Amino acid sequence: MSKKFSLTTLLILTFLYSCSKNISPVDSAIEDGIFHFGNGSEPQGIDPHIVTGVPEHHILISLCEGLTIANPDGGPNLPGVAESWTISEDGKEYIFNLNKDAKWSNGEVMTADDFVWSWMRILTASLGSQYPDMLYYLEGAEEYHTGITDDFETVGIKAIDEHTLKINLKNPTPFFLGLLSHYSTWPVHKETVLKHGTIDDRNGQWTRPGNFVCNGPFQLKSWELNNKIVVEKNPHYWDASKVKLNEMHFYPVSNVMTEDRMFRAGQLHLTSTLPSQKCPIYIEENNPDLRIDPYMGQYFYRLNTNNPYLNDVKVRKALAFAIDRKAIVEKVTKCGQIPAYSFTPPGSNGYYPDTEIPFDPETAKQLMIDAGYSDLNPFPKLEILFNTNEDHRKIALAIQQMWQENLGITVELVNQDWKVYLSREMVGDFQVSRAGWIGDYEDPNTFLDLMRPNRGNNKTGWEDPEFDAIVQKANSTNNQEERYKLLMEAERILIDNMPIIPLYTYVRAYQLSPDVKGYKPHILDHHHPKFIYLEKD
Amino acid sequence: MKNNSLWSDALYRLTRNKAAMFGGFILVLLILAAVFAPWLAPYSYSYQDLNLGASPPSAEHLLGTDILGRDLLSRILYGARISLLVGFVATGVALVIGVSWGIIAGYAGGRVDSIMMRIVDILYGLPFIIFIILLMVIFGRNLWLLFGAIGAVEWLTMARIVRGQVIGLKNQEFVLAAKAMGVSNMSMFRKHLLPNILGPIAVYATLTIPQVMLLEGFLSFLGLGIQPPMSSWGTLIKDGVESMEEYSWLLIYPGITFTITLFALNFFGDGLRDALDPKTSDN
Amino acid sequence: MLSIFFKRILIAIPVLLAVASITFFLIKLAPGGPFDADRAVSPQVLKNLNEAYNLDASNWEQYVDYMSGLFRGDLGPSFRFPGRSVTEMISTGLPVTFELAFYAILIALLLGVFSGVLAALKRNTFLDFIPMAVAMIGICVPTFLMGPLLVLIFGINLEILPVSGWGQLPGDKILPSLTLGFAYAAYIARLSRGGMLEVLNQDFIRTARAKGLTEKMVVIKHAMQGGLIPVVSFLGPAIAGLLAGSFVVETIFQIPGLGRFYVEAAFNRDYTMILGTTIFFSAMIVFFNLLSDLAALWLNPRSRDA
Repeated sequence: MSKKFSLTTLLILTFLYSCSKNISPVDSAIEDGIFHFGNGSEPQGIDPHIVTGVPEHHILISLCEGLTIANPDGGPNLPGVAESWTISEDGKEYIFNLNKDAKWSNGEVMTADDFVWSWMRILTASLGSQYPDMLYYLEGAEEYHTGITDDFETVGIKAIDEHTLKINLKNPTPFFLGLLSHYSTWPVHKETVLKHGTIDDRNGQWTRPGNFVCNGPFQLKSWELNNKIVVEKNPHYWDASKVKLNEMHFYPVSNVMTEDRMFRAGQLHLTSTLPSQKCPIYIEENNPDLRIDPYMGQYFYRLNTNNPYLNDVKVRKALAFAIDRKAIVEKVTKCGQIPAYSFTPPGSNGYYPDTEIPFDPETAKQLMIDAGYSDLNPFPKLEILFNTNEDHRKIALAIQQMWQENLGITVELVNQDWKVYLSREMVGDFQVSRAGWIGDYEDPNTFLDLMRPNRGNNKTGWEDPEFDAIVQKANSTNNQEERYKLLMEAERILIDNMPIIPLYTYVRAYQLSPDVKGYKPHILDHHHPKFIYLEKD
Repeated sequence: MKNNSLWSDALYRLTRNKAAMFGGFILVLLILAAVFAPWLAPYSYSYQDLNLGASPPSAEHLLGTDILGRDLLSRILYGARISLLVGFVATGVALVIGVSWGIIAGYAGGRVDSIMMRIVDILYGLPFIIFIILLMVIFGRNLWLLFGAIGAVEWLTMARIVRGQVIGLKNQEFVLAAKAMGVSNMSMFRKHLLPNILGPIAVYATLTIPQVMLLEGFLSFLGLGIQPPMSSWGTLIKDGVESMEEYSWLLIYPGITFTITLFALNFFGDGLRDALDPKTSDN
Repeated sequence: MLSIFFKRILIAIPVLLAVASITFFLIKLAPGGPFDADRAVSPQVLKNLNEAYNLDASNWEQYVDYMSGLFRGDLGPSFRFPGRSVTEMISTGLPVTFELAFYAILIALLLGVFSGVLAALKRNTFLDFIPMAVAMIGICVPTFLMGPLLVLIFGINLEILPVSGWGQLPGDKILPSLTLGFAYAAYIARLSRGGMLEVLNQDFIRTARAKGLTEKMVVIKHAMQGGLIPVVSFLGPAIAGLLAGSFVVETIFQIPGLGRFYVEAAFNRDYTMILGTTIFFSAMIVFFNLLSDLAALWLNPRSRDA
């Protein structure tokens, strides 16, 4: 018995030791100026030219800075490394005046050459960057990247002097300044990169703590794999006086239930997302920590137009008209999502597409009859492909029911693991597949460009030369109003052909501690940390 | 056939053991419920009522509905099919292979034993759980693959336990005596070895069945369990855990079902051991 | 005993090579590749990436390449995390998983052996029924339920322990170790009860009692040595199982161990990482089985000659 008692005593002692109600990290954070950030998953890395993804973005935005930064209040981008810029009459030439105080985190002054070299790096084919097309708007960039020329002089970026950068674009690209707050266009420190490898070395050790040099408001302090990444204030940052946080701690919490518990126990200020079943409950109980922000992302279904049955536009329209989008957001997703009637989320940078997709079972039925299907000749069984996830399943189940009830089509649900789903979508081995798209920059082009022929992410097999021509024409137009008119026309063609069925516009739903100030809703989810501070609520 | 008396004695003792009989009764009920699930279940396992969402137990849905508005009772009944099937099939596979392997190795001893056990060691050295994960990732969540893979893991432990027991018995007087009297190998297994090791086997088997069911649940936690919309108790409990604070019935009912099954298996297994191994029960 | 040890180690080498080869070709069967992403990369970029990682070579060439790397102790670079080698990732995750497994085994042995032996000695009293009922429940409750339950009670309601982390906040190792330990304590309790019951009925125990030894001596010196053999033989596979359990516990408690690396690598088709961890796990399982066998051998003098 004595053994049992000693064991129990030991356990009790351990509890008592840590008893006196744990001071949670969030409680002590205000004094220390530490922002505890739930960051979804372990970032692949922090080389802005190689990595892609949301967690990577969150860390990079604290470590590096491009020519411009996203405006926390929405609207045009604010100065970053460039303190001012001029745009030529025809909209094709940009002169950036770099801030003379802009320094690397090792104290070296930033120069226009740093940008030239950095952009050369991302356009170096052997680096295998996944975002080189962000710079294809530059003269000669695509040619350099695809190896048509190996003379970087032909690419439209020049250092006029140490602090002046000249950029020449193929077409007037009104969203070009917006592109510059995307991490793929950010600079890297040439000497550091070259010290640890060549220009196209993917495995260079330059991103390790101690080696890493960049120009953002914070610098890399420590990095424990799958545990946490700590960044601390960078004293050399040009706007350092504005930065109020001392440190940011990024936790790669991939399990959403764990993340929710960590937030509730005061171990996080911010979560990357919400367990989907909790959202309606938090809304109902008016949880003050719940935040639902607009997001430039669309949830939609791809239709494989190479499928003989889905090749008929009447069928595609019938499928789209038989879906009650309101019911989906109100009864299925239940987290403030907005029914979508266009491919581009409305309101992005003043763009409001005027397309309509009615919920009209009668017309839908008629369209199926027009397409030649009836009780005697029923439409064959249809498969919806999605990656294994309860939320996608819920939506697919609802749509299955709607198609069954409104069109009498038998629908089967096929879920596959992420990579399998991706590869099936890629080779066109699907009929209907679930998809989502998040804008890279604040312009309808980030959506409409997707559906042009030969775009890898089109995946529907739909090609329309007229659509292509109009989008192209829009992008060579310098007048924004006229441009939007053209893009809206393209949008109408797209919706009229319905290779994709828009379902709803995403929202960013997450939890945020009331102590965090200055973390404003942003449609691209960009939150420059120099605007964030902690204050007891 | 002198053996008969041993088995009938055992049966007699088993029927006298109330706890064991009760456990057995529950097990039979569960198996029947699983077999007749399509007739017993009030709804289909995949039928969903979107307007309902998660609702507490009511007259229409005796055990309530899950987040997708699916009837929980029906899902538990259909889940019984998968879980019991996984549990019994995989354990059965493990028993057959493991026991024969273990007895032969343990009794033969010497070279045969060392070769046979070396094979077990080698297979042990393969990280099966990792292979199961890998196989599930590669080939999708195939039910039969799951049975086979789990059975293939579990027989190893069985073989080791049985071998250990047989080696322990081999040097005991009654076995040595029987050997000296020239009892054939076959009847040695049946009459002397098997009855004496049935106890540990029964205990291990009753431990293995829930273990296998849990393994399935563990795979579903990693996102590799049975493909939805089908359900197993493992996946139901896993889903229940995720919403236990809001919709506690989603955890409680599958949890209770699982626990009852486990206790039933356990009582039955204990009774079986006591019945088969009179030495321990007369203590 | 030393010779057994070396013999077994020698056998382990071809086994591990077989594991590596099987896994290598198995992975190649998996649909989807490491560079398939939400935002599909252009064929040009994909080609560059495949070249950079030697994925454009034939499977056979890649196999030879990988195996020769393996002999040099080079497990290759991770595909998912550019700039990280598999060796580096394993060496950061491994100590954590080890530490977790160690605490869990310790808890499992303390709780399990004690209550199992007690239950066997006090057969059919409430000191038997209660620990065994608790053990039953312990077996029923999967780690993915036990973990969140403990967290809700101690982390969120009582606010006395952190809900996640490993070595970050004081006391954050307690809940994960308990969660993982409980599951095995239940097993060990049942096994030691069973083993003890077998032994307590055997003649040499009766002899020992007849010789007038105290009950305590009988139990500790004689009965436990034989009665716990099943427990000791169970420890080897238990450690292998513990690793699997650690996948779950590491996820629930946000612990940077090897288990999480493995599962994520499998989903992400991080080929080299899957291979590296598989080989590594196999090596560890071989090693622990060996240890547990040697221990069982040592405890059971009668099978020493076997």
